[in-house]
Amino acid sequence: MKELICIVCPRGCHISVDENMNISGNTCPRGKEYAINEMTHPTRMITSTVVIDGMELKRLPVMTSAPIPKDRIFDVMEEINKARAKAPVKIKDVIIKDVLGLGVDIVATRNIS
Amino acid sequence: MYDIIIIGAGVIGATIARNLSRYDVKVLVLEKNSDVGDETSCANSAIVHSGYDPHPGTLKAELNMAGNRMFAKECEELDVELKNIGSLTVATNKEEEDMLDKLYVDGMTNGAPIEIISAERLREMEPFVTKKATKAIWAPTAGIVNPFELVVALMENAMDNGVELKLEEKVTGIAKDGDVFKVETEKGAYQAGVVINCAGVNSGVINNYINEKKELIRPRKGEYYVLDHFPAPYVTHTLFSVPSSKGKGVLVSPTTHGNYLIGPSSEFVESEDDKGTDGTTLDNVIKEAYRLVDEIPMQYVIREFSGLRAYHDSGDFVINSPVPGFINMLGIQSPGLASSPAIGEKAIGMVRDVIELREKKDWNPRRRPLYRVNTLPVEERQALIATNPDFGQMVCRCEQVTKGEVIDCIHRNCGARTVKGVKKRVRPGFGKCQGGFCEPLIMKILCDELGKQPVDVNYSNRGSYILKEKTKGEK
Amino acid sequence: MNGTVKYDLVIVGGGSAGLAAAVAAYDSGIRSILVLEKDKYLGGILLQCIHNGFGLHEFKEEMAGPEYAQRFIDQVKERGIECKTNAMVLDITPDRKVHYSSLEDGYVVVEAGAVICSTGCSERTRGAINIPGTRPSGILTAGLAQRYLNIEGYMVGKRVFILGSGDIGLIMARRMTLEGAKVLGVAELMPYSNGLNRNIVQCLHDYNIPLYLHHTVKEIIGKDHIEKVVICPVDDNLKFIEGQDMTFEVDTLLLSVGLLPNNPLLEKIGVRMHPKTKGPVVNEDLETSIPGIFACGNSLHVHDLVDFVSAEGRLAGKNAARFLNGGLGDDTAVIDIAPLNGIGYVLPSLTHLDSIDDTVLKFRVKQPYNNVYINIKVNGQSVKRLKKPYLLPAEMENIPLKGLELQAFAGDKMEMTVEVEES
Repeated sequence: MKELICIVCPRGCHISVDENMNISGNTCPRGKEYAINEMTHPTRMITSTVVIDGMELKRLPVMTSAPIPKDRIFDVMEEINKARAKAPVKIKDVIIKDVLGLGVDIVATRNIS
Repeated sequence: MYDIIIIGAGVIGATIARNLSRYDVKVLVLEKNSDVGDETSCANSAIVHSGYDPHPGTLKAELNMAGNRMFAKECEELDVELKNIGSLTVATNKEEEDMLDKLYVDGMTNGAPIEIISAERLREMEPFVTKKATKAIWAPTAGIVNPFELVVALMENAMDNGVELKLEEKVTGIAKDGDVFKVETEKGAYQAGVVINCAGVNSGVINNYINEKKELIRPRKGEYYVLDHFPAPYVTHTLFSVPSSKGKGVLVSPTTHGNYLIGPSSEFVESEDDKGTDGTTLDNVIKEAYRLVDEIPMQYVIREFSGLRAYHDSGDFVINSPVPGFINMLGIQSPGLASSPAIGEKAIGMVRDVIELREKKDWNPRRRPLYRVNTLPVEERQALIATNPDFGQMVCRCEQVTKGEVIDCIHRNCGARTVKGVKKRVRPGFGKCQGGFCEPLIMKILCDELGKQPVDVNYSNRGSYILKEKTKGEK
Repeated sequence: MNGTVKYDLVIVGGGSAGLAAAVAAYDSGIRSILVLEKDKYLGGILLQCIHNGFGLHEFKEEMAGPEYAQRFIDQVKERGIECKTNAMVLDITPDRKVHYSSLEDGYVVVEAGAVICSTGCSERTRGAINIPGTRPSGILTAGLAQRYLNIEGYMVGKRVFILGSGDIGLIMARRMTLEGAKVLGVAELMPYSNGLNRNIVQCLHDYNIPLYLHHTVKEIIGKDHIEKVVICPVDDNLKFIEGQDMTFEVDTLLLSVGLLPNNPLLEKIGVRMHPKTKGPVVNEDLETSIPGIFACGNSLHVHDLVDFVSAEGRLAGKNAARFLNGGLGDDTAVIDIAPLNGIGYVLPSLTHLDSIDDTVLKFRVKQPYNNVYINIKVNGQSVKRLKKPYLLPAEMENIPLKGLELQAFAGDKMEMTVEVEES
């Protein structure tokens, strides 16, 4: 039995999932979908910064272009920490292409020029 | 080799340094902290007491009365904020009224221009005084001063006139060889013919390095609340409770910048490092303050702090020279700030007993004034900005401080080296946000002006770093 | 520049509220607009909020803060609206003269036809909540640490405890963890969290960071830099329960203990202030007690989502334009609006009978509720009753009054109340 707090909406239903993936405690179908995802392949968006060279601003904020597997978060952080961006940068510019082969890019979230 | 070494750069050490700077002598000030005035002198009620209440015949009575009279000139010369708002000592019952009558007699003996006023007149003068008030002593010569500015200004002016200041030099021992004192610090040793002990809470320890007769200075802590400035009217005089054996009691007072202080408590503590606050003590402070006012706008509380008084068991200031050439300033607690100009003068007399003091021809008693940009009329402000656009660039929203003022306070003698140092000199961080908005900007200016890295900028003393390390890239 | 200039509309603050207000005013026909921003860049606090989750309502996509801000900066730029950065407003007079000072222009007095204040909010500090103990460095608000981390690129520490479960604190727990810090826990004085559920899950649970509800800081230990923090549970009267102290060795204590609207300039000129929100009292047009001076965004009341800040900014911009184009015409009967049972505050504080269709009530509840009704009454008589499956203090509620028929009350003095009705 696993307890989850649903984050689909702010209500925050407490959902229980048992060994046979029976789901209870949700009050809507979206909650059920969330619980199944969380149990089978939980993913998260990651936001961080990378070093940007030659600018007054020393950090460029970045984000994953899509959610990544939850258990790869710290691996992806290592890649982000190694990366360096060069100005000018525009929002959505790819800073790391296909990070760790996950099929997800690390993209800029601020214009810096 | 120095002529004179002053140990401690609080208001007493700084005043003596400035007074000595008018003579042709080589003076060194040793301060253990990273800035001047960082102990008792920056954590007190900021009152220039009228001098009416110390027991007649004590040093406190003599020096407070004299110091009060000297304050206006000193602050004028040094461009330090001083407001002569007067104080009211408020009685709320028969017992306290009897105390007031006794105090009045003492005050007259001391020579203070005070009067006893009725509840009616009291309320007319101070509408925010408690409705329970029955009688008060009005002391029109009492004032409030900016104590942060005062110590910095004294030391700056002393240095302008040739005094040397060494920070982060904690004295660890004193020896005397013939006529020469050797003062050892954590960093080195310095020699002088005269040593003046102005070490406040630590003055007992310093005395004990050289004097056979040991002295004990007990730290007595006072905790305060600070209220933000707010537009609605509130108390305009310093309101005192009727004093008790524990000290002057709790006061409610405006500050020179329109904030309000409520406090202090009074408890002996074990250690000179015990500068914390606690909820129970501060609850009592508020309870006591309600003896003075019926309303305390607690929604404007922006800070709590505590300071340590240097208490000597005599209850009085102890100023002596137990070893020829070694001068003690012990037990300088309240009214030490108010007495400081007179203590400084007394010290000169004592130094003169040991060495000859010849006046310099070129002594300048005046400090270059601060810019105080937010007090300037629009045209003057615009003219100043025309000379330097940094005076147009604001860095502190709460206290309306410009970049130009921050840079200026770094590059003066006795200039700011830390975030707190800037705060004490030109006020960013004193407001409602408590540095939340301006700290990164102040940090950047300190780095640019002093050639430091952000991780090397401290809030105050060594070890009080603000930033631990860079997140990534070259560490 | 150093002189006096004239604009129809001056907007104080170029963050999410101010930029949206500028765009809306322009789109309502106002061309002479000046936006004054104290920082070097437009965008306000969003620039340091690099996490995602912004824009679901405004743009139907999830963006990081700087990206969301950029959308509005672009809209402002496309319209050619004049913006000054590094320009701090120091005074607003009742006759709408706006004094500002900047590196580029010096000290300037702007004569404005209307003024919109969108000056954001400040974080409550240690002093405001009276945390006992010594005063070392290493104790700072979560927002300040966020700026150091996300903009300047510095860690304030590596072993962190967080007091308060506000959203910034939760977000910072995750950010500091990702950047290599150990976050030892979050303490919340109340028995429930003040942050959004998704932040509790994604910022704390994901990283096994414990949340200590009904706990607070009992003592700070450390001489120059913080060394230890002592946490203690509290009882229902919020008093410490003795003998249950927990001591954590830390180098940082972050505070996320509430936000307060920032309005010293309005307070100074006697604008009526709201005792609960700590922002100004406004009517349905977001006009303060001084005609022609409007307020919106977090300086009016603290919002949960930036999307709602932008919407409120637009409303202020639109109404400032109406004011400039011949007046707001608020001359029908006044309806005072007040919170009752369970409601912390409600805005606006008043509306007018013929503006009911344009009036949106915004409020927060004082505690969490499940399966209750929101009952809106006029002079004690229920005029609207809505079922709510849940209500949380962390969330701001919006209830439009469109279609409400109140003519029957006309002639009487009207007072509208909002309350939680438990079934």
